Amino acid sequence: MATLIKDGSIVDEASPPPDLVVIEASDDPGALAATLDRIKAIAVRFPAFGDGRGYSIARLLRERYGYRGELRAVGEVARDHLYFMAQCGFDAFELRAGEDPQEALAAFNDFGDGYQATVARPQPLFRRR
Amino acid sequence: MYLYDGIDQRLVDERVAQFRDQTRRFLAGKLSEDDFKALRLRNGLYIQRYAPMLRIAIPYGLLSSTQLRKLADLARRYDRGYGHFSTRQNLQLNWPRLEDVPEMLAELATVQMHAIQTSGNCVRNVTTDQFAGVAADEIVDSFVWCELIRQWSTFNPEFSYLPRKFKIAVNGAAADRAATFVHDIGLHAQKDAAGEIGFRVIVGGGLGRTPIVGQIVREFLPWRHLLTYLDAILRVYNRHGRRDNINKARIKILVKERGIERFREEVETEWAHLRDGPATLIEEEVRRVEGRFTRPAYAALADVALPQQGPFAAWHRRNVHAHKRPGYAAVTLSLKKTGVPPGDLTADQMDAVAGLAERYSFGELRVTHEQNLVFADVRQDALEALWRELRALGLATPNIGLLTNIISCPGGDFCSLANAKSIPVAEAIQRCFDDLDYLHDIGELDLNISGCMNACGHHHVGHIGILGVDKNGEEWYQIEIGGNQAPAALGRVIGPAFARAEVPDVIERLIETYLEQRDSDAERFVDVVQRIGIEPFKTRVYGHPDQRRQHRRRSLAAA
Repeated sequence: MATLIKDGSIVDEASPPPDLVVIEASDDPGALAATLDRIKAIAVRFPAFGDGRGYSIARLLRERYGYRGELRAVGEVARDHLYFMAQCGFDAFELRAGEDPQEALAAFNDFGDGYQATVARPQPLFRRR
Repeated sequence: MYLYDGIDQRLVDERVAQFRDQTRRFLAGKLSEDDFKALRLRNGLYIQRYAPMLRIAIPYGLLSSTQLRKLADLARRYDRGYGHFSTRQNLQLNWPRLEDVPEMLAELATVQMHAIQTSGNCVRNVTTDQFAGVAADEIVDSFVWCELIRQWSTFNPEFSYLPRKFKIAVNGAAADRAATFVHDIGLHAQKDAAGEIGFRVIVGGGLGRTPIVGQIVREFLPWRHLLTYLDAILRVYNRHGRRDNINKARIKILVKERGIERFREEVETEWAHLRDGPATLIEEEVRRVEGRFTRPAYAALADVALPQQGPFAAWHRRNVHAHKRPGYAAVTLSLKKTGVPPGDLTADQMDAVAGLAERYSFGELRVTHEQNLVFADVRQDALEALWRELRALGLATPNIGLLTNIISCPGGDFCSLANAKSIPVAEAIQRCFDDLDYLHDIGELDLNISGCMNACGHHHVGHIGILGVDKNGEEWYQIEIGGNQAPAALGRVIGPAFARAEVPDVIERLIETYLEQRDSDAERFVDVVQRIGIEPFKTRVYGHPDQRRQHRRRSLAAA
């Protein structure tokens, strides 16, 4: 049983979807490029609280390879990561054990805007100022 | 100063609220020690030897009088009435209470300050030349480019959990005064034949336990591409930098392991996808940022004749610097008075300096990576009056560029990483060289001290570098000579380490050797080391090779 945040709400999931493709932090997301249009859900694993490789993988999948399906963060996923993960293109978040899902929901509003170009805000602030 | 607009301010306010909540959850037991560590560090909060330490960001070293008064106020109310300016142009408070930090950050936000990314495995405070905007050899005003990079790096969603810390330096003038070759990325502004502004991009330099001089990854990067190219470098590093060993996690190791050719190829491949994308800089943004910087309203003045003799002239020679506007000068306030830890300033001094900056330098000042302060825009006809006031505050030691202008980390008196103390060593050397005439005769000499191999005191690039080492629980000091900041050169260790009490005497012998060997007054210590090598210095310090073996035996016996 896992607790997920998906589409802005808390979802309890008995088991992961059978067609979920799991990518490790050390994997090259480009290896999936040819088959992406047939994939419905990808999980990127965060092996440690401070391991940020998954953020780059997410942006590559969304921006370079045009992936449009579900992109799920799994592993060491805490409240304090969610805002950045969402900016990088994740839209589903499997919280690690012990996280308070209600508190985690608030994380998406940590910042009202940001300077950079991201998946969620493709135009950097300086083109919108 | 870059003046915040509503969005800049809101982001800093939101950060305060975020950290307040993180601290609350930690104190309530909902965040583990380890997880909170990763979060507090990126807000400048360390847990130190005796107490927490808060490192407050001073972006590219630029500070207003109002901000300095706020720092004084915080030092007084939340600390012990003083602060320490670091080699990264930041201010460290050594005694705050963890519970108070969110409130301190909230107070900083009221004067457009913060402690964002002053530590942690993220892009740190970007540093630059302390004479930006006033130097005669200026190519661009590096503050503008630093601010653009500050915004790009602040809460960058993709690059907030890097393998290790990441330091960027920008140099906007012909001379490199920003140590661009010993940073993770160094940017050196240039103009091409058509007069277009761009940057030489240097990557993989750094000090620390594996000192490496950076390499040029791109000779000329047109300014529009600055941020997308940084994205490309950081992405290669974020994905491939080593995370298995903290001592091999900096980008310099990745560049070294891959070789610059292959690293460049990977960056260029990545950049091919990002180039000309939405993050490409636009003219309007550069103009907008430029326009948000306050600019001094200079008067039309003529240059004033230089003083000829006396203590004012001595100070003028060392602490006053040329300015691009006639009738103006830049002034260094020395925080290197003997008996005061290098870089320390009391709250009362901060208030006084804030007042002087208002009266003499348009209400602004800069922090230098040598841990001094600079008034960048002083009227030449007011220099003598300023000197008198600085002297009364103990901030007019005429030693800029000289041996006693020692760069030093806080060392074992404060830092939990340190192997040895730094401050007492600095003081002992300053006391040994207290004769001003002798000091001037020795001429330009950078002496840098680090209390451990993390090299916060930049000992590798000191003309003389001192490194505190631990041998079986005792403090010893290894000495290097021949390092240089620009052009970057790394010092070479002269031999076995010394006990603390021996260090001033060793420095004395190094100086004697130099004075005997130099061709003329114009040949600096570091020039002599580079010309004749370290052997004559070694011989003077340790004796001839057969005597050296005895010294080694004695040292080993003592250790």
